[in-house]
Amino acid sequence: MDTTTQQTTAPPAPAPTTPESKRAARGATRPGDRIFLGLSRGSGIFVLVLMAAIAAFLTYRASIAISKDEANFFTSFEWNPSGLPPEFGIAVLAFGTVVSSVIAMVIAVPVSVGIALFITHYAPRRLGGLIGYVIDLLAAVPSIVYGLWGALFLVPHLQGLYGWLDDYLGWTGIFEWNDGAPRSLFTVGILLAIMILPIITNVSREVFRQVPRMHEEAALALGATRWEVIRMSVLPFGRSGVISASMLGLGRALGETMAVAMVLSSSFDINLSLLDTGGGTFAQNIASKFNEATEMGRDALIASGLVLFVITLLVNGAARLIIARRKEYSGANA
Amino acid sequence: MSHATLTPKPSSLRGATLPKWFPWAVAAGAVVLGLGISTAAGLQSDIQWALIASLLFVLGSYGISAKVEGRRQARDRTATSLVWVAFLMALIPLASLIWETVKRGVKVLDGYFLTHSMGVVADTEPGGGIYHAIIGTLEQVGLATLISVPIGVLTAIYLVEYGRGRLAQAVTFFVDVMTGIPSIVAGLFVLSVWILLLDMGPSGFAGSMALSILMIPVVVRSTEEMLKLVPNELREASLALGVPKWRTILKVVLPTSIGGITTGVMLAIARITGETAPVLLLVWVTNFINTNPFSDPQASLPMYIYLQFANSGGSGAAYDRAWAAALTLIAFIMILNLVARGIARWKAPKTGR
Repeated sequence: MDTTTQQTTAPPAPAPTTPESKRAARGATRPGDRIFLGLSRGSGIFVLVLMAAIAAFLTYRASIAISKDEANFFTSFEWNPSGLPPEFGIAVLAFGTVVSSVIAMVIAVPVSVGIALFITHYAPRRLGGLIGYVIDLLAAVPSIVYGLWGALFLVPHLQGLYGWLDDYLGWTGIFEWNDGAPRSLFTVGILLAIMILPIITNVSREVFRQVPRMHEEAALALGATRWEVIRMSVLPFGRSGVISASMLGLGRALGETMAVAMVLSSSFDINLSLLDTGGGTFAQNIASKFNEATEMGRDALIASGLVLFVITLLVNGAARLIIARRKEYSGANA
Repeated sequence: MSHATLTPKPSSLRGATLPKWFPWAVAAGAVVLGLGISTAAGLQSDIQWALIASLLFVLGSYGISAKVEGRRQARDRTATSLVWVAFLMALIPLASLIWETVKRGVKVLDGYFLTHSMGVVADTEPGGGIYHAIIGTLEQVGLATLISVPIGVLTAIYLVEYGRGRLAQAVTFFVDVMTGIPSIVAGLFVLSVWILLLDMGPSGFAGSMALSILMIPVVVRSTEEMLKLVPNELREASLALGVPKWRTILKVVLPTSIGGITTGVMLAIARITGETAPVLLLVWVTNFINTNPFSDPQASLPMYIYLQFANSGGSGAAYDRAWAAALTLIAFIMILNLVARGIARWKAPKTGR
């Protein structure tokens, strides 16, 4: 009785300040909430600490190695970290990594955009869905399997292409071939292209699918052909998406280890003819030299790994920036 | 009745168009010509006549179409054929990869292969199997999953349910960055801490730590997406009933999105199962069965493939084993993928009724 009258007549007074209701109002002070918030925030902080630790430890071991390096770390063509004096440099690795990734990108980006366009704009709907599904699965095939296929199937089958390139383009110097096994940076580039194709295709396809239907229909209504629709509405809309997809693929190609190690016949020199064996990449060099490395050798490999880490960070960071920027303006367009 | 309807001459608004069978006719002509040219020139490779034929096709359809339909239509046809060429070009290596693996893999893949190790078999001899590698892979991947799922899911919960401000932004950014870490760098990091600093030997667990560095960002990303799909009304209803936030998350939010989270975790497992580089640095490999992931080198499927390939000395038996192990690995990953997608389809979060 007493309570009901109080309820009906009481003005909307400030909430009573019993300890219990105070806690309820401030949500996160219940012990369960505090523990749970602590756990989940802790996990988030753990991720940050982990990234910092990766950078710190790699830098620490690398600095040990570089301080003992008698040659210039960035320009030397040597890799002899356990020699007396220790001499090693990343020039060859940087060259090989850049060249093989560039070849991979030159092949993979146009082809992937082609496939993505095929899936979204050319193929019958069901076929497109099926192909997209298959490409999804192919993105999950591990690199060691690509490496096995590359070494035992692709390499023997490239003999003909190499001969042809040597016959007709040999005069350029880049495509001179001295009849060695086709285990060169060029083969690595082709294999990397095949490996990153599914990734670039997947992301590009998603972007092309988001092109506003209105843009395409407007172009069609003006009498554009299918190619003109693609050139005027699909590609401009998808450009930044394709760029970031390519960057993600590039990051993958830069860090690829086993497939390169299995296909490349590596050596520590720079060969201007792409078809001749020799050269190496950061990741491949770590995998191949690790077994016989002394402690100093391991530190030197870690130093080269740090360079790879920084390069992939930059590439991926750029890709993320492009994606983030795109989110904003596509939101405004929608 | 104007006479325009009587005379079937093409209207000026609609240009001449080539019939539907035109591309097929040009394609047939190009193939015949390509074959003719390559036999006349004595070219051996199948790829060469195909290249000549496709070149003839593109040029031919452009030329004829430009003459009859105009330049714009011709360009459209060229673009169409280029897109088709891109598609077919990509199909060949990818199909060949699967085909070769299956064809060469089934040779020695049988019950014996799955249940025996390489303990008493020399690398170049036939026989032996992948039992030790399967055990190693399952243990390493299992441990990596045990480490990364709690961390990944909790981080995602923090980002979606609590995260505001600087810390959340930083975590989001670095999770993105972590996605791009090359596997070999993750391996080098664990190497520098676990083996060089703490002076531990190679073990399955060391590999698991590196694998979890690769797995955490994938789990965070997918879990985050799934938690965002949970309708806010569910959270609000639960909170309005006076349920504490942590119980709301555990009893309402997580069960609603558990299907999607499971899918994400399985896709992440599929991704790390094939990783070789960190395992090469941290777990090494052995031909014997080692069931203890916490000490001594352990075999794993990817390293088994690499070992059979690298130490084969060109022997067919070792290559056969490598292909069979590759087929097993692909089959395992594909099954994980398919099951994950199945779960995603059946248990998609119910967004309103």
